[in-house]
Amino acid sequence: MSNVNVYKQRPDAAQAESPLFHASLHELVGKGSRNAGVNLREKKLLGHLTLRGDASDPTFASGVHSALGMELPVALTLTSSGDTSLQWMSPDEWLLIVPSGEEFAVEQKLREALAGQHISIVNVSGGQTLLELSGSKVREVLMKSTSYDVHPSNFPVGKAVATHFAKAQLVIRHTGEHTWELVIRRSFSDYFWLWLQDASAEFGLNISQ
Amino acid sequence: MLNIYCPHCSEMRSEEEFHAHGQAHIARPEDPGACSDAEWGDYIFFRDNPRGIHHELWVHSAGCRKFFNATRHTVTYEILETYKIGEKPSVTEASVAAAKASAEGVTA
Amino acid sequence: MSQINRLASGGRVDRSQPLSFSFNGESYQGFAGDSLAAALLANGVDIVGRSFKYSRPRGIVAAGSEEPNAVLQIGSTEAAQIPNVRATQQALYAGLVANSTNGWPSVNTDMMGILGKVGGKMMPPGFYYKTFMYPQNLWLTYEKYIRKAAGLGRAPTEVDPDSYDYLNQHCDVLVVGAGPAGLAAALAAGRSGARVILADEQEEFGGSLLDTREQLEGEPAAKWVAKAVAELEGMPEVTLLPRSTVNGYHDHNFLTIHQRMTDHLGELAPMGSVRQRMHRVRAKRVVLATGAHERPLVYANNDVPGNMLAGAVSTYVRRYAVLPGRKLVLSTNNDYAYRVVLDWLDAGQQVVAVADVRANPRGAWVEEVRARGVRILTGSAVVEARGSKRVTGARICAIDVASFKVTSPGEVLDCDLIVSSGGYSPVVHLASHLGGRPVWQEKLLAFVPGEGLQKRVCAGAVKGVFALGDTLADGFEAGVLAASESGFKAVIGTLPSAEMRHEEASLALFQVPHDKPTARAPKQFVDFQNDVTAAGIELATREGFESVEHVKRYTALGFGTDQGKLGNINGLAIAARSLGISIEQMGTTMFRPNYTPVTFGAVAGRHCGALFEPNRYTAMHAWHVANGAEFEDVGQWKRPWYFPKNGEDLHAAVARECLAVRNAVGILDASTLGKIDIQGPDAREFLNRVYTNAWTKLDVGKARYGLMCKEDGMVFDDGVTACLADNHFLMTTTTGGAARVLDWLEIYHQTEWPELKVYFTSVTDHWATMTLSGPNSRKLLAEVTDIDLDKEAFPFMTWKEGEVGGVPARVFRISFTGELSYEVNVQADYAMGVWQKIIEAGKKHGLTPYGTETMHVLRAEKGFIIVGQDTDGSVTPDDLNMGWCVGRTKPFSWIGWRGMNREDCVREQRKQLVGLKPLNPDQVLPEGAQLVFDPNQSIPMTMVGHVTSSYMSAALGYSFAMAVVKGGLQRIGERVFAPLVDGSVIEAEIVSSVFYDPKGDRQNV
Repeated sequence: MSNVNVYKQRPDAAQAESPLFHASLHELVGKGSRNAGVNLREKKLLGHLTLRGDASDPTFASGVHSALGMELPVALTLTSSGDTSLQWMSPDEWLLIVPSGEEFAVEQKLREALAGQHISIVNVSGGQTLLELSGSKVREVLMKSTSYDVHPSNFPVGKAVATHFAKAQLVIRHTGEHTWELVIRRSFSDYFWLWLQDASAEFGLNISQ
Repeated sequence: MLNIYCPHCSEMRSEEEFHAHGQAHIARPEDPGACSDAEWGDYIFFRDNPRGIHHELWVHSAGCRKFFNATRHTVTYEILETYKIGEKPSVTEASVAAAKASAEGVTA
Repeated sequence: MSQINRLASGGRVDRSQPLSFSFNGESYQGFAGDSLAAALLANGVDIVGRSFKYSRPRGIVAAGSEEPNAVLQIGSTEAAQIPNVRATQQALYAGLVANSTNGWPSVNTDMMGILGKVGGKMMPPGFYYKTFMYPQNLWLTYEKYIRKAAGLGRAPTEVDPDSYDYLNQHCDVLVVGAGPAGLAAALAAGRSGARVILADEQEEFGGSLLDTREQLEGEPAAKWVAKAVAELEGMPEVTLLPRSTVNGYHDHNFLTIHQRMTDHLGELAPMGSVRQRMHRVRAKRVVLATGAHERPLVYANNDVPGNMLAGAVSTYVRRYAVLPGRKLVLSTNNDYAYRVVLDWLDAGQQVVAVADVRANPRGAWVEEVRARGVRILTGSAVVEARGSKRVTGARICAIDVASFKVTSPGEVLDCDLIVSSGGYSPVVHLASHLGGRPVWQEKLLAFVPGEGLQKRVCAGAVKGVFALGDTLADGFEAGVLAASESGFKAVIGTLPSAEMRHEEASLALFQVPHDKPTARAPKQFVDFQNDVTAAGIELATREGFESVEHVKRYTALGFGTDQGKLGNINGLAIAARSLGISIEQMGTTMFRPNYTPVTFGAVAGRHCGALFEPNRYTAMHAWHVANGAEFEDVGQWKRPWYFPKNGEDLHAAVARECLAVRNAVGILDASTLGKIDIQGPDAREFLNRVYTNAWTKLDVGKARYGLMCKEDGMVFDDGVTACLADNHFLMTTTTGGAARVLDWLEIYHQTEWPELKVYFTSVTDHWATMTLSGPNSRKLLAEVTDIDLDKEAFPFMTWKEGEVGGVPARVFRISFTGELSYEVNVQADYAMGVWQKIIEAGKKHGLTPYGTETMHVLRAEKGFIIVGQDTDGSVTPDDLNMGWCVGRTKPFSWIGWRGMNREDCVREQRKQLVGLKPLNPDQVLPEGAQLVFDPNQSIPMTMVGHVTSSYMSAALGYSFAMAVVKGGLQRIGERVFAPLVDGSVIEAEIVSSVFYDPKGDRQNV
């Protein structure tokens, strides 16, 4: 533990601005079209941790399981338990999303469970946010934006991929039949927000809280 | 727009998710100090430009961010295989030539 | 009189929906269901444009995408202009405004027309190359004139109000073309459950079935089309794309489809609709059912309006109920063309004669025509059309194909419409986009698709299967094959029965001989759009252009938007005959995307305006905007450039900001710097290998500046890296280098040193960074933090954790300005609040926000480099006088060490970074200015370096610069000169690159 710097970075109480704060989404709630084909909400200020480790080492998988109560997801999948989700990003990388403020405790728990192993846990909560898109036309909006095949036969619920989107990159997670999540980087969030408004214009866009 | 099989994600992805990094299997000399200027120049600057089978280093930059190798035909742009770093290609100029010779032997 | 050429009944138009439109300023009326071409013909419009080179009047020739002449400019307002629209492919809508592309000043009385006539011989092929390229300085003048006269269409000068987009599609089977073969293929594939896309460029599916006189199941073929389309519409995994041209066949079965979604509804898309869409399709299998284009025969004056393709006239009569004339003559070499005679007779019109080049044609339709009393002249062809703005007669002679001779004086028959058919050219374009060379089949007198590596199958007329029953069967088989190859089990299905008809072989005929030699005969056009004549092709071969590709380029055959749809085969045949070789030996040119023109809107999609390129913003951006910042693009980032007050310009604002930092305190948003979290037991060793300097002894709590080089020894990035814990570092990179450096670390870790236990994670977006810099920064920071800022407790080049503005922060005491500085890092979500608290607390300390320009000046005063500005990939650390940053004794041969020790890197007289002080303290050297030692030498002067950074310093009171100068470090105190483009020369003294506080006392206080 002492050879890494583990630091509680989120204040207990302070003015917080999520990456899409400037868009004042809360003021747009209910002002979109009725029967909108696309609903959008920002699942903001959650705890995001990047976990690195050796998946082929059973002690790593068991350590993660003992800390989180979750199995390591296999390639291109996502497992969830309550408000916590764990996503495969790469053969040695996972994205762990936990409720806001829990990331420090979770990191400590993980480090304890994985003590002695070569791992890395990095708090990236401030650097990204989660957009949830739901509705009957979300798939078409995604088709406008990414070359990845989002047809359910290729992209069933539970799958999650990092890919190219418009002229940037993000992660797409299929969380329900008509529900998808995008993990986007903070600095690109305005670009994605403008893009999604434009791409969903023909179907109607509604902002939900 | 090439369609490339990422050996780490184990599925086909579109070219825009990748970046090419030139010829594969260019190992950094174990002891750079022992290299002559000419040898060092070869390592840094000189690359093959074959008409046909070419082994290339790619990275799945928008996906898993892992580097891997691809065997590509520079005329047809066919990607004959992709394989992880540290692995050897199964399709080579020699293997293609041998396959061709044996096919011709059968028909002749 | 309106619609003089419209039949009272029949066709697929809706007479209850009249639509008015205008062409070249005249108002006309057509019906819903018309193409613009059909509506023009219905109104008796003969001339639709003037030809490219000779400015001859031209009329509509074809009914589909192969139309060469009716290429029009559409749009009633400036913003709605679309050039190069084929009238045959544009559905008529109410209020459509069309104009000739190349009519200047008017299609009917054309100034160039006269020129073209008298000067025809003046403009042989190669004319532009031969004449107008010399003298070169006149080319610009000529070009303007020619372009205006030729008219290649024009782009709108106003912003298009419509929206366009892409749709990325994936399918098992893409069927290109919805004629009989394509429909059958789509049905076969669709029934298997495969994901199928069926695309067709026409307004309706059906292709030739929409206007054929043949029946299916004893009913009009269009009825079967309706049933087939209805079945396809009921399949959930089938996507139907009408008005969608598959324009490009790209690598790995990636195809682009241009769909015109609302162009048939009106000039502008309805509110909320996307006007055009580019489908980017990745298909497991492709069925090419692109059909065939009828070839015209090449005879004298074959371009006079009133000369048309035989099949096109059938289409106009049967599909649109339009008669493009009254008295018809057919010139043909095949049986199928006879259908136009039957259609024409059925429409109650007069057929003057049929000229059939064959000696004794006896096919079923030939006999039917003969039985209906039509005169058939065998062994004959139309040799020459009469008339200038409209056909008035046809001269028919007996000809001998083998000897290429006219064998009878012939006769001139009165007529106003000559239709010709020289056979059918498969539409092989898509099949050859990736280099699959078409193959000549003498039996078919046509090129068919050659072998291709793509996972495609051809079906129907594109591969020379023409009989309707065979085409349907072939298409069905192709659909079954494509579906099964992509993993689906085909379902047995039935096909409608088509009548069998006796058809006889065609006789190869391309150019019809004339009594005069080709060069002296009236013009015989091969490529209407590019004004290529048979004589021109002969001339090209005489001048030694023998390869098909050379003939093409010399004559412009098949160039541009035409892509050789009508003229290619005829042109090749003429060239082959002229060279005395076979068409097979001649070979064909290749075709390239796009098959037909694509609008820029569809190419750009929604990547325009604010969405042209991602803009990246920091967490404090809104504050910068509210406080009047001007922004600078740094990569994709928008960074505050400077914060003007009270109408200040850049220089005034920067001078004020610089002095504020030097004398009080300034604040900079430094969030864009790349930040990489590095963890693992080998993290330190990794740093040793990628940085030029040593990291072995950097203690926890300390930070160090590092340089990175490439293997060639040249500097490529720099930044400060801090030791957070023994196995934990935070690396910073330049703003522009963030992604590049992470990639660099990964490539070495993954491919060279996988044994090193280390992980890299980008935290650029997670941390927001605000730099407090200036003598008052300690006092200011003390008001908002609980960290002990005492100089002993928190010395230079160390970092501390604590709260700033109530938020956990990491504070680094590092400096890029040379002043006492603190870089405050907090989780970006809380940065705005912290920033505002600092701003508030800073009021009494004279806190001034500053931007990138001030940062640049301040660091240059200190001689700190900016990678990419003061370096250009050819500069070593020693060149930068930064040898102190090179670990010459590190045990591992780190990246760059070997490279910077090669002969050229250690020689004397390399360009080295120095300071320059202009003798005139008010003169600022232009960045990039070349430097010489002797300004009086003759031109070309020997250049010895250039200025890399140059500013006016408010703190120093004079201008200064950084520059690379040959052997510069040995020349301190000498003079260099910058001769400028205006003839003036700036003289400067070579000085140390550290101008301000050379001992570094100020940052160490």
